[in-house]
Amino acid sequence: MFDLTLHDLLEVLSLRNYNTRLVVLSVMLLGATSGVVGSFLLLRKRSLLGDALAHATLPGIAIAFLISVALGGTGKSLPLLLTGATITGVMGMGLILVMRRTTRLKDDAAMGIVLSVFFGIGVAILGIVQRDPRGSAAGLESFIYGKTASMVFTDFTLIAGVSVVAGLASILFLKELTLLCFDEAFARSQGWPVTLLDLILIGLVTAVTIVGLQAVGLILIIAFLITPAAAARFWTQDLSITLLTASVIGALSGWIGASVSALLPGLPAGAVIVLAGSFFFLVSMFFGRSRGVLQRWFKSRQLLRRVGRQHLLRAAFEILEKQETSDDFKNEPVPLAQLLAHRTWSEKTLKGLIRAGRQDHVLEESKTANEVQLSEEGFAKAARVTRNHRLWELYLIRYADIAPSHVDRDADMVEHVLGVDIVRQLEAELEGQKGLPESPHEIPVVEV
Amino acid sequence: MNWTEFDLWIVTVGALCAAACAVPGCFLLLRGMSMMGDAISHAVLPGLAIAFWLTASRASLSMFIGAAVVGVLTALFTEWVSRFGNVHRGAAMGIVFTTLFAIGLLVLRQAADKVDLDASCVLYGAIELTPLDTIWGIPKAALVNGGALLVNVLFTILFYKELKISSFDPELADTLGFSSRLMHYLLMTVVAVTTVAAFESVGSIIVIAMLIVPPATAYLLTRSMGVLLFMSVLFGVGSAVLGHAGASIVPKWFGYEQTTSSGMMAAASGLFFLLAWLFAPGTGVIARRFRAVEKGGKRDRLEGAF
Repeated sequence: MFDLTLHDLLEVLSLRNYNTRLVVLSVMLLGATSGVVGSFLLLRKRSLLGDALAHATLPGIAIAFLISVALGGTGKSLPLLLTGATITGVMGMGLILVMRRTTRLKDDAAMGIVLSVFFGIGVAILGIVQRDPRGSAAGLESFIYGKTASMVFTDFTLIAGVSVVAGLASILFLKELTLLCFDEAFARSQGWPVTLLDLILIGLVTAVTIVGLQAVGLILIIAFLITPAAAARFWTQDLSITLLTASVIGALSGWIGASVSALLPGLPAGAVIVLAGSFFFLVSMFFGRSRGVLQRWFKSRQLLRRVGRQHLLRAAFEILEKQETSDDFKNEPVPLAQLLAHRTWSEKTLKGLIRAGRQDHVLEESKTANEVQLSEEGFAKAARVTRNHRLWELYLIRYADIAPSHVDRDADMVEHVLGVDIVRQLEAELEGQKGLPESPHEIPVVEV
Repeated sequence: MNWTEFDLWIVTVGALCAAACAVPGCFLLLRGMSMMGDAISHAVLPGLAIAFWLTASRASLSMFIGAAVVGVLTALFTEWVSRFGNVHRGAAMGIVFTTLFAIGLLVLRQAADKVDLDASCVLYGAIELTPLDTIWGIPKAALVNGGALLVNVLFTILFYKELKISSFDPELADTLGFSSRLMHYLLMTVVAVTTVAAFESVGSIIVIAMLIVPPATAYLLTRSMGVLLFMSVLFGVGSAVLGHAGASIVPKWFGYEQTTSSGMMAAASGLFFLLAWLFAPGTGVIARRFRAVEKGGKRDRLEGAF
């Protein structure tokens, strides 16, 4: 099965074969379109809507088949079956919207109810079809499981048509849909027709799902609507770029999946496309530049390090401050034991902080093991950090009515993110505190 | 209508399955995770496929273990993706179950030479055939689903308080000293095992429906947790009875013979939901409309007085 030659590879990659070309192009187009539509769904926190919709089409397909057989047809007319699918699909979507407005059920429950009940009705009607001697229901399942490798030109034109419409609608209503996704309540209060916008979005999802459902199958269309959009979100915060990235990822996974399956006929195209998408998702989740796991881990580590450094500096500074009686005190070594007593640090944490402090050159390399010495730079930083902390405490006491004994903790939580502007503003609010404000509460000094 | 012993067993199996699903379904509903049953019942395909591939047989036990393991993994992966990746849970669920299903399809294709198995036979179990496969005169499906029901009821009684608090207020649960995350994983394990046990014997559509629809129906009618549990079991059992009856009655209205009970049981649960939605006292569509009309009338009278 795996004996492919360079010739085969070139043939698939250059899309020389008509059938391969058709499948690859259709799947790429569908991937790109569902990436765009799926991004809106993801932001609307309704990713599984495609799942519910895809299942809700089954009764429509079955009823259309029954009617066509009862009228003497074969029941295999594609437009008729698609019309049936669309009708019950739209009914299901409508029910979800109405349920959301008239009950206290959440979206996921509404989607689940429509999915299972409609699919149940569909299964029941198919049960009638299968027991009916007049028509053979064989092949109806391909509407549920898809037939990616055997797409025909009609499928391509359908997908292309829907893609053009969906693309145009996304561009035309970009602003409105963005508002709907990010802040529905605000959109409503500003007088936007929220329900109409919701209907437009659902209409797009319906079109993509139904066309995709019969071309590539249920599972693949669900994955197409969810995975590329979710992957794209790790790379950017900007919605238009998200849409673009999602459509590229969708098209790429479609291309990879369809090509691989054309090369190795043992691998079903739908499954490979899903897995290609999942691979992109996994890579994006870890390495995404904007919200990827590594990126966030790195950022939070940096923040923790900075907070730890500032705590250490302030502790050292306050100890020095207490020791000196005159106003300008000198930078002297601080015993570790006093530092330990000043904050609730374990010995191990403190050691780690000191090591980091030496790397950042705020601490001198000290000779003795049981004291630390601030560097020139560290001493200046310590004064600034302490000042920010006191300013913030003062502000909290004066303007936020927080008891002096409680401000220390609150100030601890915000002072590390104070920017220069905020400090300046604080100074102005506190009528130009220029020097170092006094600590508003007693700093406990432990005699060692 | 005359029900034979055969019909009675089908209804019993359906009712046991419905009750077993309705209990954990209530907690899924409260946690906003109703689609979990759907996700798990698709995602277990690789578990089934690998079990087939390794043992080259359709022995129930290996199949059950394979599916249950993957079912629990589905819940775990969903949680990880949504927590570490900071992705909305619905999307995480969708990514995980489509990926697992795709892996299952690939494995199936590789195993196709060895065993006879296709995706549709995994997805639609046949409740009509359950009375044929018996142990000590009792259908195996009844024992399996009865066992699942027993486990679920015991689980709910034992951890009632913990489940309740961690469903409504996870932070409170954590401050009270029991891990809401542990409860979550326990519940997910229970859901996975129930789902697999049930759909292996009666088909996935009943399971998906009974995990969601009876609890949602009861949710429209009560605000008490205990009543919610009881009512959803009741609606589940009712759907099973009505569904099986409907499977032989409803098609006759249209001049057909009969249809599958599993689909009709799901449809029947939908009927109960529709009734509750329309007629729920106080909150139903009719009651609201009535109130709105009354209010409008009052306003008209007031305006008339001026």
